[in-house]
Order: sequence, then structure tokens, then C-alpha cells
Amino acid sequence: MSVTVPGPRRPREDVLSKLKPVITKRWMSPGAWKIDVYEQLDGYKALRKAFGYSQADLIAFMKESGHRGRGGAGFPVGMKWQFVPDDGQEHYLVVNADEGEPGTCKDLPLMMNDPHSLIEGIVIASYAIKANRAYVYVRGEAVHAARRLRNAVREAKEAGYLGKDILGSGFDLDVVIHSGAGAYICGEETALLDSLEGKRGQPRLRPPFPATHGLYNKPTCINNVGSIAAVPHIVLGGAQWWKDLGSENAAGTMIYSLSGRVKRPGQYECSLGTTLRELIELAGGMSEGHDLKYFTPGGSSTPMLAAEHIDVPLDFDNVAKAGSILGTTAVMIFSDQDCPVVSCWRWIKFYAHESCGKCTPCREGNYWMVRVYERILSGHGSLGDLKLLESACKNLLGRSFCGLGDGATSCVTSSLKYFKQDYLDYIEGHKPPIFDAAAPGDRYERI
Amino acid sequence: MNYPEKIREQAEAILVRYPEGRERSALLPLLHLVQSHDGYISDDGIAFCAEILNITKAQVQAVSTFYTMYKREPAGDWLVSVCTNTLCHAKGGQKIFDALSDELDVGHDETTPDGKVTLEHAECLAACDYAPVVTVNYEFFDDMDEAKSLELVNELKEGRRPIPSRGAPLCTLREISVQLAGFDEERTAGLEGNAQGDPTLAGARLAAEAGITAPAFDPAAPLLAKEPEEAK
Repeated sequence: MSVTVPGPRRPREDVLSKLKPVITKRWMSPGAWKIDVYEQLDGYKALRKAFGYSQADLIAFMKESGHRGRGGAGFPVGMKWQFVPDDGQEHYLVVNADEGEPGTCKDLPLMMNDPHSLIEGIVIASYAIKANRAYVYVRGEAVHAARRLRNAVREAKEAGYLGKDILGSGFDLDVVIHSGAGAYICGEETALLDSLEGKRGQPRLRPPFPATHGLYNKPTCINNVGSIAAVPHIVLGGAQWWKDLGSENAAGTMIYSLSGRVKRPGQYECSLGTTLRELIELAGGMSEGHDLKYFTPGGSSTPMLAAEHIDVPLDFDNVAKAGSILGTTAVMIFSDQDCPVVSCWRWIKFYAHESCGKCTPCREGNYWMVRVYERILSGHGSLGDLKLLESACKNLLGRSFCGLGDGATSCVTSSLKYFKQDYLDYIEGHKPPIFDAAAPGDRYERI
Repeated sequence: MNYPEKIREQAEAILVRYPEGRERSALLPLLHLVQSHDGYISDDGIAFCAEILNITKAQVQAVSTFYTMYKREPAGDWLVSVCTNTLCHAKGGQKIFDALSDELDVGHDETTPDGKVTLEHAECLAACDYAPVVTVNYEFFDDMDEAKSLELVNELKEGRRPIPSRGAPLCTLREISVQLAGFDEERTAGLEGNAQGDPTLAGARLAAEAGITAPAFDPAAPLLAKEPEEAK
């Protein structure tokens, strides 16, 4: 089934009203990445306000606001802050800016256009958890984000928002911008910590959790860019304001990153719980000649959904009820002209490439799934191959060391659930093979 | 290991970013630093990092081979990365890679004989709303196709520096590696580089045109219903 979504010239009023420009608003102002412009646009006001409260009050406030993490898991931010023990040890705040989940593209524009909001959020969060050192682990490839963040740190330091005795509060904080070097796995929080310690980025066994044994084995709070950059807005607006921006069970706004077969792909900040139908309308409708066939609600590690899910409110609970995960709200939209089998093949190639190799299910499972996909797509597949994929997924899901292995199975099992016929088309010869995997020197083998 | 004094000074500047006794954290930036000098991770570079951090060369090499941005062979001045992950692939990323591969007569992670261009396919570059994307030394060339990509590499081969859609004006791979090691962008034009493409602003712009704003709030309202405790 595919669904045609017409694109009116202008979205209807009730759909437009889903837009809630809070986090993305400053992106419109040229030069908002510089401190003087940022300060004119309410910058660093939240920090002054936050310093008027105790750490315990700030954590209680963050819990009250219902703010949940924006990195994929949706963990309550206030709770995460509270888990960091107040025991006199050195503490760290680490910001996960290793954006690389396929489909996800909301943190880079934020860091490039509004880096000070992240820095201000870092100071508030570090103050709340009593950390005197914070690291931003930026994906290596994100050079423009890193250079603007480094500039923001320098400007903030000169203005007295970082360093010793910030704004006379007695609180000290140093922020280091640390560029990675190209490894998707480092977005996994414990792999990120190992990488930040100068090691191979491989995940750690949990427990103990980073809250008590994190960076350098010390209490560490790890938050996503979006989770922290929202903090100054929440502190200024208040808990109730943030809650009212979202839907019943999900506080705040969410940046939906639309990509693929729509007329105007891009970043759409809406109330949590906006549906795909509404998002497509905001994006000007489906691209000419394309009908919706499948989409990911939140990146490649979230099970794909089909056109029948076009009216599911995209919030944590409703997406879970529909059998997927909200993830990073990276909505990749595919049409009847795309093939779910080809999509899965590319994703599994990605997981195979990015598997850190630590655990067998992920290292071997993804490697072999790529081979099975190439057999199917080259016209040599059999019905047994579908069973093989299912069994590989069973051995990956819940048996891998970290979420990368679990995430890899999402697209395979969901595409087999909704689009088995697309697999059968290659196996039964209704569709021509897309390449000859057996041919030596085939260009797909080169990559 | 004949590294110039400047590299040694930069190495020292990297070390002090991390707490005392935690200098190993400097390894990733140090590897970027030696790559800025050698154009790849050379045996000398590995020995240099090992010496600075007082760890073994094997420990350094275990790390350098884990990350894709550390090049094992001398790379060109211009690293052209084509995203061929699912979304870009659906929108033509593979065709772009194939066209460039044919034009340059190199495959993935290979460099043209004149040492100018290294081609690679890349995994998701976090710019799916601009798909398909190509980066040159990690600066974005958005919404590409085969013709535009061919023009791009031909300009690079001829010694010109095309302007990225987003990011800073191009500098060489060695120069960008200095920034990856954590040193400031010294060019004003580099910091100023564009970051506001249409997809980035799509939602905010639509809201502004429709006169939609988030509900107002009182920034002075207390955070909690009760009186704040005495701040420490």
C-alpha cells in the first residue's frame, strides 16, 4: 500500500499551528552564533536565573518540566542529573555531539547556528550536577560545528560565562570541544567515554553505569546536544510552559528532521506528537510522482513503519504502540519508487562497517546479513534466505553487547513484516536483480 | 621522528586540555595533529604519539586503525567523501560515487596519482535533509548530482577551490586536521562560512511567514512553586 499525500501551496492552518519554533528560532538570525547577537536574543539570561537556585532545586525543576532526552532513548533529563552522586568526587558532564544515526541531522545545524545555546545549557547542567569540567564530543566530520563551538567557548570565557567564579556564583567550569575521528559506535555513550579516554571506541559492560563510573571511572552525566540546548529555554519559560508545548505524555517541542521524498526536506520543530501526514503537509507534500511507501520515525535503528501509520502521533508512547521507537525523530520518507530491500541492504552494510567488532553477534551477524542481502538482490536468493535473515536478527537482538546490534535488526524485521512481497519479487524473479554480486570487480564490491 | 618544534608545542597544548594523569585523552587530537603534518598516520606519527603519551606504539596503532578519518596511506589535498548511505543512495549518492570513481579512475579510499584527490564513500554525514551530499575535507556540498560533482572534482584538480554550500572556504586536508586537533579556525571567513541552508531553516521560516510563534512566557517567573532555597 502506498499513500498519495497532496501538497497544497500552503499547509492548512491547523497543521501550521503544529509548528513551535523555540529551539530553531534563533537559527533564522544571521550571526546568532556570535555572542553579542546571542545575548541580544535572550542569551545567557537563563544562566543568571539558574544561579539563583540551588542544585537540588534545579534538578527538581528539570524533573518537573518532564523534559526527556533528545538523543534517541528519551530518558528523563532531570532523573539523569539526579543519578550523579553528590559525594565530593570530581564529576563530569559529557555532551554527546557524535551525530551519525542515519537520517539524523538536527544537532549539526544547531551547533553551527546556535552554539551558545549549547554552551549555556552546559553551564546550567554542570552547575546542577556539580561538574567543573565538561566535554563536548563532536563527531569528527562536523568541522564547521566544532569550529563555531570552539569560538563560542572562547567568547563565553571572555565574557565571564565560563572559567573561574562564573558571574560571581563561585562556580568554576572549563569546557573542552573534542573532535572524534569517524566512528558511528562512539555515539553509544560508553563507547564515547572510551574514545574520549583515547581508546578504541568500544562499549563498556553495564552496570556500573556512567552516572557512577563514567569518564575516568568518575561520576559522569552524558546528555545529547538537543537535550542540553533546550535547557536554557526551559529555565526561562518554566516547567508548565515546556509541558504545554508538547502533548499529554511528552513535554516540549521536537525537531522533526524530514528527509527523502518530500518537496521541502528540512528541520521542522513541532509539538511532540505531530503525525507524519501533518509533517508531509508542512514539507509541501510528497515529491512529484512519489507516493508514500515506508518511513523511519527516528533514524535507521528504529523499525520502519508503513503508509498505514501516516496518522500515528509521533511521540514516545504512540510510536511504541505502533511497534517502533521515536528515536531521534529523523523521519526518512521513502516512496513507491524506493525499494525497502535495497534500503535494508544499505543500512546493514552500514551496521557491518560500523560494528566495533567487540561482540560476535553484531560483528558476524551484520557481516553475513550483507551477504544474504547481496544474494537476494543479485537474483540468487531463496525462501530460506528470509528465514536466515530472521534467525540472524534473533541472534543479534538482545544478544549484542550494545544497542548497535539491536538497532541493526530493526530495519530487517520490520521490512520483512510489512514488505515481504518486495523480497519475494527478487527471489521469484518478478523484479530484475540490481547487480551481479558474484561478478569479480563489481563496483558494489569495491565499497 | 623529525617533527618541527611547532608540532611539539601544539602537542603540549593538547595535553593540558585534559586533567593531570588523564593525558591519554589527548590521543585522538594528537593523531589528527600528526596527520596535519604527514598527510596520513605514518609510522613516525605513531611513534611520536606513543612517546608523548608514554604508551606503546601498538596501543597507538590499535586506536589509529579503529577510526576512519585517520588515513593509513598518504591522502590527497582534497578528500572527497560521497555519502552512499540509504537516504543519499536513494537520491543518487551511489551514481555520484560511480561517476567520480570513473572520472578520477580511483576506487574507495584511493588517491589520484598526482596526489591531489582522495575519493571515499562515506556513511551518513548527518545532512540527510540536503541529500545527496558530498563533502570536501568535511565541508558540505549539498543537493548534488553527477554533473555538479564532476564539475566539483575537476575544479579541484585544476587547483581551484569551489565554495562549499555550507561550512568554511576550503583548506587542505592537512590544514583541516589542525582544526580537528582542536586548534582555532584562524580565518574570519572560515568562522563566517555559511550554515543556513533552506532545509535547515524550513520549519522556522514557514512559521515566521505564517506569523506563528511559540507561546509567550514570563522569564522572571520562579522555577518552582515554592520559594527558592538559598543558592550555594
